[in-house]
Formats: sequence, structure tokens, C-alpha cells
Amino acid sequence: MSDHEYTPKSKAGKWFNDRLPLLTLANHLTDYPTPKNLNYWWTFGGILTFCLITQIVTGLTLAMHYIAHADMAFESVEHIMRDVNYGWLIRYIHANGASMFFLAVYIHIFRSLFYGSYKSPREIIWIIGIIIYLLMMAAAFMGYVLPWGQMSFWGATVITNLFSAIPLVGEGIVTWLWGGYSVDNPTLTRFFTLHYLIPFLILGLVVLHIWALHVPGNNNPVGIDIKKPSKDTVPFHPYIVIKDGFALLMFMIVFAFFVFYAPNILGHADNYIEANPLVTPAHIVPEWYLLPFYAILRSVPDKLLGVVAMLSAILILAVLPWLDTSKIRSAVFRPLYKQFYWILVADVLILGYMGAMPAEGLYLLIARVATAYYFLHFLVILPVLGLKERTIPLPLSITEPVLGGSPNMAMAKKKESKLE
Amino acid sequence: MSDKKPKRRDFLFTASYAVGAVGAAAVVWPLVDQMNPDASVKALASTEVDVSSLTPGNTITVLWRGKPVFIRRRTQEEIAEARSVKMEDLIHPEKDEDRAKNPEWLVMLGVCTHLGCVPLNDKGDYDGWFCPCHGSHYDTSGRIRKGPAPWNMEIPKYEFVNANTIKIG
Repeated sequence: MSDHEYTPKSKAGKWFNDRLPLLTLANHLTDYPTPKNLNYWWTFGGILTFCLITQIVTGLTLAMHYIAHADMAFESVEHIMRDVNYGWLIRYIHANGASMFFLAVYIHIFRSLFYGSYKSPREIIWIIGIIIYLLMMAAAFMGYVLPWGQMSFWGATVITNLFSAIPLVGEGIVTWLWGGYSVDNPTLTRFFTLHYLIPFLILGLVVLHIWALHVPGNNNPVGIDIKKPSKDTVPFHPYIVIKDGFALLMFMIVFAFFVFYAPNILGHADNYIEANPLVTPAHIVPEWYLLPFYAILRSVPDKLLGVVAMLSAILILAVLPWLDTSKIRSAVFRPLYKQFYWILVADVLILGYMGAMPAEGLYLLIARVATAYYFLHFLVILPVLGLKERTIPLPLSITEPVLGGSPNMAMAKKKESKLE
Repeated sequence: MSDKKPKRRDFLFTASYAVGAVGAAAVVWPLVDQMNPDASVKALASTEVDVSSLTPGNTITVLWRGKPVFIRRRTQEEIAEARSVKMEDLIHPEKDEDRAKNPEWLVMLGVCTHLGCVPLNDKGDYDGWFCPCHGSHYDTSGRIRKGPAPWNMEIPKYEFVNANTIKIG
């Protein structure tokens, strides 16, 4: 970035750029050298930016009609749905947008896990990403409380009660979070405030996330370091812009399907019943994107340890760059890791399913095994695998695997043996 | 550092940081404390309930400080069941005699001590309450017997104002 020289062509542009180098920044972003072998799994960064902006714009417009008061919130949401011009559309985009946001972020995270994008020198990008993910969960949870339906109320009760597991100060913290002795109007108004704030914190972190990305540049499916710019790279604009744009269109088709054809399928019918502090719905479940962690919470029979396990399951991701001892990034060259990767994907999906089922009998047993495996993967399998695994030799450049059968492979082997 | 004698300037730095830290804490505290229950919430501290219509074997649920309170007029069998339990069988040992001073009346917060759901009446393996959220079973004294909840359901401060009226809080 520091070696980037750019002078605007026009005199006015030069005058402005000397005072505030915004045009240099714009030029950096368009010329940004990108590995030419990026596949469609790399388009989700752009898709996520779209999701964030969609949530901010629809959220802003919803806030013009929503009333954050325990007596009026539920009605104001129905008012948005029935009376406000296009209110139904904006709210359905916002509600399903949250699900789409998580869908995209999970693909983005699992892309990183497959291609080792979290490894040196990209640890800071990864950790900022995990913080964004945590903030997304906080924003989604608080947003779900705002309609003040039964699931809103009891979801808020259960999640805030997680803090009561903390010894000694737990109860005090919960009362402080509630601003009373139960979830009530003070809780709703502060959740609304924070729900409004968090997206802007995320926006700031996204800027840092991209900034940190632009220092080493993108990882790529082969996972080797490449020279930038070189024959192995293409400029961000127009190549990646077009590719991201096409992927975004495909994504928007899925998004639109939910908004127009199944707007409530990801929600819960109980949330169309106004909050009632005297009756807990028979079956409380969080939104689908939190289910794996919910399953981990419930699979531990002790209250405090359950909460600790659930939080650890998320926070363990932050130290992943140091748990994975393998220097090879891409799973393409790690035959064993590739298998464990898919087992982890299956494990998380199983946890998600168990989180939606009642915590008893066989479901509970499977959830316990899956929880144990989740931690085993990160704490035992990854550290050991990096030391034991026989990896496939890396190509010299990202062009080499494409050309196939080139003499480069022999050269690569020679070079490797020299290094040893 | 350690072998150097602290200078006047080091003292000034330390003193400035200390004063700055105290000042910052003094500013932050009101911003944190404003989230605690306010005076109007605290003012709703007690509620009176007419229980004259309650027959044995029935429960009414009233709202106190935004939380449900179960008032159950227990049957003789329920009382006998609650009082015959051995202390060593309990997760959170409490005598029924201490939980229900007047054995016929059980007054307790209808809040599961796991994560705050409202348990269902006359359900579960111990003829008391069952929490649908994460499967905690409570007995006829509201004591936790099975499941993830760590404690018995809480007994609030209450008193009989007269034969038919209970004052909670």
C-alpha cells in the first residue's frame, strides 16, 4: 500500500487529492491486485457488505415507525405490517435479511476454515471477523426482542439469565441488564438503543477488516503466497467487481424467495402472540443461526458449565490461528484435514438440528457427543494434525495447477528438497 | 528502571494518571448505574392478593415486580409428599417446613432458576412443576429434583394480612 503511487489526471482532482487523498484510496481499491484463481466462495465478503447495508437501510426506515415501549411495540409492528406504505416489505426484508446475513457469514467463515485464511499473516483479519460475528449475534438477538412477541420476551429472559450463572455477581448483573426485576419496558428501550448502535460498530469493524485484508492481500484456493501485482493477480476492478456482482445477484434470488414466498418460514409462530410474562411458550427455540450454540448450552447438565461451554464454543474460534499448527493453508493440500473439515461441518449441522429438538433422550445424547466432538476438533485434532499430517506438495504458483503436468512440479520438488 | 531513583516528573505523571482515572470512574459510574432499576420500578415493591376463592389443589399466578408468583393451596397428599422427602435426595436441600410456614399455602416465584422460564403446574416426575424450556422437574414444595436448574424456586417475602389476603413483598 505504501508503494502505491497515484496522481489524479485532472487539476481539480490533484488539488483535492493533495489535501485529502480520497482519490488515492479509490484508486487503491480499484487497482487492488487480487489472486486470479479466487472461486465463488470468495464472493461472500461483498455479499456480506450488501447484507449489512440492507439491514442498516431497512432498519433505519423501520425505526421511523416502530415504538420502543412495552405497551406499544407489538402493535406498532403490526401497524408497520398493515398500515405503513410498503411496511410489510421493509420489515420482511429486515427480518429475513438477518437470516441471509448469517447464512452468508457462515459460508464466509467455513470458507476461511477450508482454505486456512485465518493463518499467518491474516490472524488479525480473522479476529476482527470473530468480533463482528459476536456483534452480529448480539444485534440479531436484540432485534428479535423488539417486536415484543412471546418468543421475543422469553428469548430475552432466557438469554439474559445466562449471566445469572456467574457466581456472586450474576444476579446483580441480570437486574442491571433488565433495569428491573424482570424483562420489561426498561429492557426493551435499552435493547432498541443498542440494536440501533451495533450495526454502526460493525460497519467500523468491517472497514478495519478490509483494511487488515489489504495489507497481506487475499488468500486464495491454493493457499500459497503470491507476488502482488504479478501474473498471478488481476485488478479488483473490473474482474472481481463483476464476479462479486454476479454472485450477489444469485444470492439476491434466494433472498427474494424468502421475502416474497416464505417470509415467516424462518421465524416462529409464537412471536405473533404478544409478550405475556405469565406464560412461557411450550417450546422455546432461538433463531436457526444460534441453534448449534444453544444445543451446546443444553447438552451440559450444569448451569454455569453450560454457559461456559457455549461461550467457549464461539471464543475458541478467536485462538484458532494458534490451535492449527499446520503451515499449509489450503485443505486442498491437506488430505486428512479435508476429511476432518467435512466432519466438523456435519457436526455443526447436527448440533443445529439437536438445538431445535427437545433436550431429552436420544437427542440429548447425540447433542452431547457432537458437543464433545466440536471441542475435540479444535483442541486435539487440529494441533496434532498439523504435526503429523503428510501434506501434498504445494505448487510453485497458482498458474501451475491450471497448466497441469508442467515440469514445474519436478522443479517444485527439487526446490523443496533443497530447502530441507 | 528499578535502579533509577524516581524523579519529581515521575511523581507528577503517576499523580496525574491517578487523578485522571478517578475522574473517569466518577463520570462512568452514573452512566452505568442509570441502567439499574429506577425509583418507579422499586416503588412497585409489594402487592396484595385475595386468595379466598382458592380451593385445595389449585394454583393462582399473580404478577409481582414483573415476575409470576405461584400461590398454591396444597392438598394433604401434596404436603405429605413434600414433607416425607429425605434431605439427601435433594439437589438444593431445604425443608418443606421452612418453605411453607403454613403447610397448606405454598407461595413462591414461578421462575425456573435455570434460565427464568415459567414452569408448568401439575407436571413433571415429582407431581409439582415442570419447566418446558430445558426440562427441570420440581416437587410439590417447588424444590428442584431433576434437570439443569441449580436451586429450588425462590420463596419471596410474604405475609398473611388476614385469613384471605396475602401480601407479597
